[in-house]
This record gives sequence, structure tokens and C-alpha cells, in this order.
Amino acid sequence: MRFLLGYGSCGIAAGAEGVYSAVEKLFEGSSHVLEKVGCNGLCFAEPLMQFISDSGESVYYGRLNAESAKSVVGALLKGETPEQNRLTAEEMSFLTGQTRIALRNCGLINPESLASYEAAGGYTALRNALKGTPAQVIEQVNISGLRGRGGAGFPTWRKWQAAADAPGDEKYIVCNADEGDPGAFMDRSVLEGDPHSVLEGMMLAGYAIGACEGLLYVRAEYPLAVRRLHIAIEQLREAGLIGKNILGSGFSFDFKMMKGAGAFVCGEETALLASLGGNRGMPVTKPPFPAQKGYRQKPTNINNVETFANVPWIIGNGGEKFAALGTPDSKGTKVFALAGRVKRGGLVEVPMGLTLRDIVFKICGGIIDDKPIKGVQIGGPSGGCLPKRLLDTPIDYKSIGATGAIMGSGGLVVMDTSTCMVDMARFFMDFTSKESCGKCVPCRIGTTRMKEILDKIVSGEGEPEDIERLRTLGEGIKSGALCGLGNSAPNPVLTTLRCFPEEYEAHINEKRCPALKCRALVKYRIASEKCRGCTLCAKNCPSGAISGEVKKSHIIDSGKCIACGECFSRCKFGAIEIFSGEVESK
Amino acid sequence: MKGNMSSHDLGAADAIVKKYDNPRETLIAVLQDLQEEYGYLPREVLERVSESTGIALSHLTGVASFYAQFRLNPPGKYKIMVCLGTACHVNGGERVADTVARHLGIAEGETTQDGLFSFETVACLGCCSLSPVMMINGQVYGKLNADKVKKILDDIRGSENA
Repeated sequence: MRFLLGYGSCGIAAGAEGVYSAVEKLFEGSSHVLEKVGCNGLCFAEPLMQFISDSGESVYYGRLNAESAKSVVGALLKGETPEQNRLTAEEMSFLTGQTRIALRNCGLINPESLASYEAAGGYTALRNALKGTPAQVIEQVNISGLRGRGGAGFPTWRKWQAAADAPGDEKYIVCNADEGDPGAFMDRSVLEGDPHSVLEGMMLAGYAIGACEGLLYVRAEYPLAVRRLHIAIEQLREAGLIGKNILGSGFSFDFKMMKGAGAFVCGEETALLASLGGNRGMPVTKPPFPAQKGYRQKPTNINNVETFANVPWIIGNGGEKFAALGTPDSKGTKVFALAGRVKRGGLVEVPMGLTLRDIVFKICGGIIDDKPIKGVQIGGPSGGCLPKRLLDTPIDYKSIGATGAIMGSGGLVVMDTSTCMVDMARFFMDFTSKESCGKCVPCRIGTTRMKEILDKIVSGEGEPEDIERLRTLGEGIKSGALCGLGNSAPNPVLTTLRCFPEEYEAHINEKRCPALKCRALVKYRIASEKCRGCTLCAKNCPSGAISGEVKKSHIIDSGKCIACGECFSRCKFGAIEIFSGEVESK
Repeated sequence: MKGNMSSHDLGAADAIVKKYDNPRETLIAVLQDLQEEYGYLPREVLERVSESTGIALSHLTGVASFYAQFRLNPPGKYKIMVCLGTACHVNGGERVADTVARHLGIAEGETTQDGLFSFETVACLGCCSLSPVMMINGQVYGKLNADKVKKILDDIRGSENA
């Protein structure tokens, strides 16, 4: 029997520590232990425990607290299989619908134990690869069809080949773990749940290109990932798996880790290299590519966390097995981070080619409260908002690219009818304009101007010409910006302009926000027939806009109301109504 | 803030710089260590580092001001980071930020007068499934609403006054 408790930073935030300390005592004197594992991606049910019986069957218990965990674990230790807090078969379809390669060990092994990783087959790929040639490693990655999982989707083997071909003895491998896309957390989960898979992937890449050192550039906001990587690197050192002449192969390799300092642009590889060198993280024009001149001006290969995590599996199982999954153009699997208005949010790894609809409805159970879906934001601030009618788009690089969005790192934020697309576009432009490094004019000034126009529109001051202005600016930035982030920054605006023009028009022409989200365009009022005069709204109104006597209908002074929505979220009788323009809503 | 003439122990800065073979190349890490030590990057500390390493003060402040992580002003004892990433935005992160600001009477980027809380917003804490979230001194609080936020802040203040 094994008891696995999700102990990623999401699990801890949901209360895993409390659960652990509550049930720890139950294991005293028992031959079983409660193992702390990384996040297995079932984030919607955290804190979560997986129970594996002696016959290998798994049962999952979710949404635990100290109390329920005690009774569940108590019963399990007695040999019972309690139904309390057990995830239903429907909820389990979240997991059974997945094919896990990058996440193969997440939630199943102890991320702080090398032995645990090795027991799951870890470092076999490296040991075998070291007996062969570097060219053979590149060949398998080529056969696998693996493309960069960080966003751009460049064929991994080609990058490796270019770095291997570059002259010089001093070469570097860099792992881009500066996961900056808001809404994406797959890299964090892999680093926290299975750090060795990333390190092994980097070592295989290092062997393939002839590198001497691997540098990890990890987001500073991920302290647990940093800590677990530290532990993993020290374990490798003790085990003699890094350093000089590893396993007598003649291959020498070591790791260095650096914490990022909070700059989205450092996800761009040349900006990341600038940051690694102690500078402001500003991109430079390519060529030269990092494969020719990278870290310390030496040939450098940069890949993302998920890309590296796939590599040991590919080398261990052969490139063909990976290539058998997915579509001809986009092979293998991809991890998506599902969040937003979806019932079951978390990490979903599926073969490429599934549709967005499959992921949102089949795997993730659809929309919270079964509201109608409006669309999906894919690829973070560089991606785009896809409307409901494009839900049957297969997820592969080509099909997603054809919609004007990009695959990106795999963030999928699901939006229902309560999400305003103009507000979403404004949100992303606000983000990119703040995160613009400021080096090139199209991005620095262009994104700011676009954001200002969107501010105008959501505050009800938009003009019909603004739509064309946004389009012109967007196309200009796309073609004129220096780096990939600048080029893709207008995508959220351009895709929403194309797919949701009616929302822009409503804001501009009717001064109306159809989603009732934009504060300047909505008003609140109290339906007198529903109000019981409980005074809850009046007590909590931050601007003192609500008045009325106890047990009598209240009213909102629209002059004082700041449209914060506090009253709406508190009213137990559904008496607060929000409306925008002429249209009223319940 | 210059008026209060707070003087810092510059020996600690020297010790940090000495740990690095090449502080120019590993400047981000040096600045992170300095901030860990002082809570922020005081001007006089940067001046000292410039003197001892030969790195121009303009470069030090240039790098420090580029990255969101570095603070050039002293933070509160409790550093509140409200997440405004995509998922939090969709699920009401702005309401959380509003509540923090209103409850503490400070705007983003400010510190309460008693020095207890400072408040900033961040792009994403990577706990999207628990959105909306905030982090206080490294601890993540999820699935927030106005009441939860107020209670968390009141509890901290209460524990400090106890």
C-alpha cells in the first residue's frame, strides 16, 4: 500500500500541510508511510491523496481537510475503501483521458529522492546514451519530431544539431524555467514534482552537443522548484552522476542555477542570456543565434522545461514511440494548464491533435455552473482568444497558428459569458506594455498606445475609428518589433477583434459591456420586490452608496456607487441587479 | 525617506560580494542576496558595491530597476503580492487587490505607516487552479473573496499585536 499526498506549492496552498500533520500520527507503528509527492495535476481537487493498494489499484481522495483526511486514512489503514471524499468516476476521467510523458512521474515519485526517480527508470536513458554516440542522441530526438514546448515550436533536434556543429570546446545547455505566461504552471509542476527528469534531459542534450555545463534559469516566484532542484543537483553530485568523466564515459557535465528576477521578456532566449550575464534582460537581433554565440559568447542550446522533461523518455523508449503519438506535423504530447471558468482545472497532457472541445468538456468537465462557454485564451499574452465556434480546432502547431493564436507554452484559460473580451484584450495589453523591455519603439510605444485605446473603450469613451487604430498598430508591432515577444504582443487584441467584433462595437457604439464586467459601463440597482432589507449590502458597501431601513427595500445611490460588485456577491436573495446600456441582467 | 538617515551595516554587503568570483556576470544573484539581507536595495549599499567591484552605479541601478523583483524602497514586514494573472483576472483578482488596498488604506506599491504591510501586484504565482490568489511572505492563499482577505489581514495584524 502506498499513500501519496500532493505536496506541490498548489497543494500546500490548498492546505496539504494541515492534512499531513493531521494524519501523520495515524502512521505511527504502521509499516506504511505517507509520502509527499509533487502535484499530479488534479489541481481542482486539492488537497489530494492517492492511495495505491497492494494489487496496484489507485483510489483518489480529494478536497481533504484535517478532519476528513483522518477518517479516510483511518479506514484505508483498516483495509476499507471509504467513499467519503473519493473522486467520482466522472472526475477521474480527468486523468484517464490523458497520456503522460512529460508528467510521467509527477505525483507518483518523491521529488526529493534520487532513488525514487531511479526506481521509476530514471537515468537509464542517460546511462545507455553514454555508451553510444552524441549523434545517436540527436538522431532519436530527430525521429521523435519533438518541437520546443516553450512557445515557438522550433524542432528541437535542429537546435541541438546547430549547437553540436558549432566550433569550440566550451558549450552550454540552458534550461529556460522562467515560466512567465500568466495562466501557465506546467513547468512549475514538473520542476516541483520531477526535477530529475529535467536534469537528465539537460544532460542528454549536453552529451549531444558536447556541452560542459547546464544552467537553469528559474523563476524566482517558484521557491519550492528552486529548492527541489538544489536537492536534486546535490544528490547527483553525491552519486557521482555529475562532474568529471561521468560513469567513465569521458563526458563531463555540471549544473548551475540562477533565479530569475521577475521579467517576462527573459523568456525570450537572447534576453535570458543577457540576464544570465548580469545585464538588463533585453533581446538582441538574431543572427547570431545562441547556437553560435550564446552564454559567454559560446555555442549554447536553450530549451524549455517541458522539452527537457520529454527527452529522457524519448531516448529511453526510442524516438519512434513518441512520434507515433500526435499528428504528422506536431508529434508527441503537450501539457496544458487549464484554468479560468472550468470545472476541473489543472494539468492536462494529451497527444497533439485533440480538439479544444475534447480538453475543455471531456477531460475538464465543462464550465463552472454549466454556463455557456465563450472562448478559450491559448498561449498567454502572446497567444489569442479563440471563440466557441473554433472549439473543434485540433491542437497542433499548424491549426492553432492558422487561427492567429499560437500554441505558446500551453496555458489555456477558459472563459464563459461573464468574461468581457475587450477587458481581456486590455488585460493582456496592460501586461505586455508593462513587461516591454523598452528597447524597440514598436513594442515600447506601440503596446502602450494600444493599451490606452483599450482603456478608453472599456471606460465608455471609445470612438468607431479606434478599431482601425488598434488593427494598424497591431499589424505594425507584429512586423516591426525586435523580438518574438514584441511580434506576438498584439495577438490577443487582433484575435478578439477578429472573433468578437460585436463586443468592441457594443462598448464603442452603445457604451455597453455585454458581459457586465467593465465597471465604467455597468450600473447596479436593487430589485425592490426581492430585497428583504437585511442590510448586509449596506453594511459592506465600501463607498456608502446603499441606504434603507431594516426590513425595507434598499436603494443604491448611483452617484456614489463604484461598481465594485461587493453587494452583488453578498446578497442572499438575488436582489442586486447589474445592467449595462439598455439591457438588464438577472 | 533620505531624511531619517538610516545607516546600514555595509560589512554584510562586502561579505556578499566576496562570495562571488565574478560579481559582474552574476550580478542578478548578487542583488538578490543583497535584497535578502537588507529587505531592499538601499542606495548606500549599491554605492558601496559599485566602489568595491568597479561596476558603475548606473549599471547597478539600471539592472535593479529593470527587474520587478528588486525594490529600491523598504518593504513592509509582511509583503502582500496579489496575483493578477490571467486566471486570477478572470476569477476576480482585481476585487482581491481592491479589498487589500481598501482594508489597509494603501495603494499598490505602498507600505502601511506602521511598516507592517506592503502591497504589490504580480503577474502570476502559478497557482491558477486556486485563483484568485495572493501570497504573503511566501505563503499562498487561494480561492479568495473579500471576507477571506480581510480575515487573513486582520489575523496577521492580531498576531502582531498579541
